Amino acid sequence: MSGDNGKELVVGSKLERLLKAGHFVVTGELGPPQSADRSVIEKKASYLRDVVDAVNITDNQTAVVRMCSMAVAKMLIDLGIEPIMQMTCRDRNRIAIQSDLLGAYALGVRNLLCLTGDHQSFGNHPQAKNVHDLDSITLIQMVRQMRDAKKFQCGEEIKGQEPRFFIGGAANPFADPFEFRPYRLGKKVKAGVEFIQTQLIFNVPKFREFMKRCGDLGLLDKVYILAGVGPIKSLAAARYMATSVPGMDVPQEYIDRMANAVKSIPQEDKKARREAWEREGIKICAEIIQQVREIPGVAGVHIMSIEWESAVPEIVQQAGLLPRPKLDA
Amino acid sequence: MIIAQRKPLEEIKEMVASYEKVLVLGCGTCVAVCFAGGEKEAKLLASELRMARQMEGKSTQIIEHTIQRQCEWEFIDPIKELVASVDAVVSTACGIGVQGMAERFEDKPIFPGVNTTFLGMPVQPGEFVERCQACGDCILDLTGGICPVARCAKSLMNGPCGGSQNGKCEVNPETPCAWQLIYDRLSKLGQLERLLDVMPAKNWSTSRDGGLRKIIREDLKL
Ligand code: SF4
Repeated sequence: MSGDNGKELVVGSKLERLLKAGHFVVTGELGPPQSADRSVIEKKASYLRDVVDAVNITDNQTAVVRMCSMAVAKMLIDLGIEPIMQMTCRDRNRIAIQSDLLGAYALGVRNLLCLTGDHQSFGNHPQAKNVHDLDSITLIQMVRQMRDAKKFQCGEEIKGQEPRFFIGGAANPFADPFEFRPYRLGKKVKAGVEFIQTQLIFNVPKFREFMKRCGDLGLLDKVYILAGVGPIKSLAAARYMATSVPGMDVPQEYIDRMANAVKSIPQEDKKARREAWEREGIKICAEIIQQVREIPGVAGVHIMSIEWESAVPEIVQQAGLLPRPKLDA
Repeated sequence: MIIAQRKPLEEIKEMVASYEKVLVLGCGTCVAVCFAGGEKEAKLLASELRMARQMEGKSTQIIEHTIQRQCEWEFIDPIKELVASVDAVVSTACGIGVQGMAERFEDKPIFPGVNTTFLGMPVQPGEFVERCQACGDCILDLTGGICPVARCAKSLMNGPCGGSQNGKCEVNPETPCAWQLIYDRLSKLGQLERLLDVMPAKNWSTSRDGGLRKIIREDLKL
């Protein structure tokens, strides 16, 4: 089984159709609330509708308990937005994951992002027992096998409708060892991944090098790469990302720009400083989108603006990516 | 070997608070080598208990003894009389030893004096590190002699994950990323191509997940 991306539709999700039609795709991300409050979803969704082509629903990201991604995915479908359901291996074994996949497909979910998951020590239940029965790559393999071979992970045949997902994965071009990252992406392609969303990119030259190496391995014809981008909210956030988030690479240049953005604003004027930071953060994000767009093999961008979904329309606008393409029904 | 850590005195004191005569029983194998529950540590614990109980005006009949192993009947059986002479036992053996004692001495309360922590080794004086999780299906042949099941925080079969940075694990900046170690080692061995193949989902039924594990060796049976 290879991850060869023909142009033929295998699932027919909007995401798949746009990518295969050659559009430069924009995906967004919605972080479910730490409560059972439906209105939060509706509000966040309103920022993303018509601005992005599909929306990732995170699966208890950073290991903090949140509303489940399947339920939120269904709400988005009802709101007319295409979800990309995230699925991690941290909290579920292969039995639970496959069961969720059957349910998610029956509810209309068509895109799935397969992840290992953040370790529970980062979240609000560090005492939890983790699962990690599978990892992201064996998860991709399983989802692909369920779809293309109509078989459960154990090899048993799926009698009746099989769950059919357009299969995504993540890649972090900035994690170590750098030389191995393109090869690891190659493993995901071998396992059957069809699109990739990358970790947040700030170091564009390094990302360009990563893409070149992926191209040299022949991967770019086999998988759609969506470059991960996101707005920096403040100087403190920039510093935090640069120093404290494993696998994140924020060049000094952007930290300086965030510092300069508030140079002429007095410390006391918190509101003006916040607004200046937000303006600069959005601007940097839009610039990075334009830069990554020029890199061969980049099929779109994935905008991660969790807990700041309201910034997305402005980013997409400034990046010159509006209006979003419409598909013929 | 099995690595353990002494429980806090307070906790042990609580466990045996209602018993007059207590035996602190050391174990001369793994827990002695990791300085948690061998002869010396058992002696130390006994004297700590004695002092603490004396201050509270309680019985100070704490005796100590150490046997070579609490995980084999042949070493446990000879101390029958000693155990019979006390009201309770604090075993500073690993969890296997504590259970061995409990199984042999049905009517005697046996309390753990250490926390059995992992299977590992002292990598340098004073530093003990986990190495094996006894998953029952060794894959060290595929991973350059470095175990991702025990040493990767997520037991990944196809690492390193996106959190690996500067050779360290995202979970703890003090801990080496197991998959970076595997990468470096295979690179030295000229076997990096091993990492190009997808390692299939692991069969965990040989691990603890399959229920209590047991090996029967007909050739060794009496
Ligand atoms: S950083 Fe390395 S050791 Fe830590 S979870 Fe990721 S792959 Fe495993």
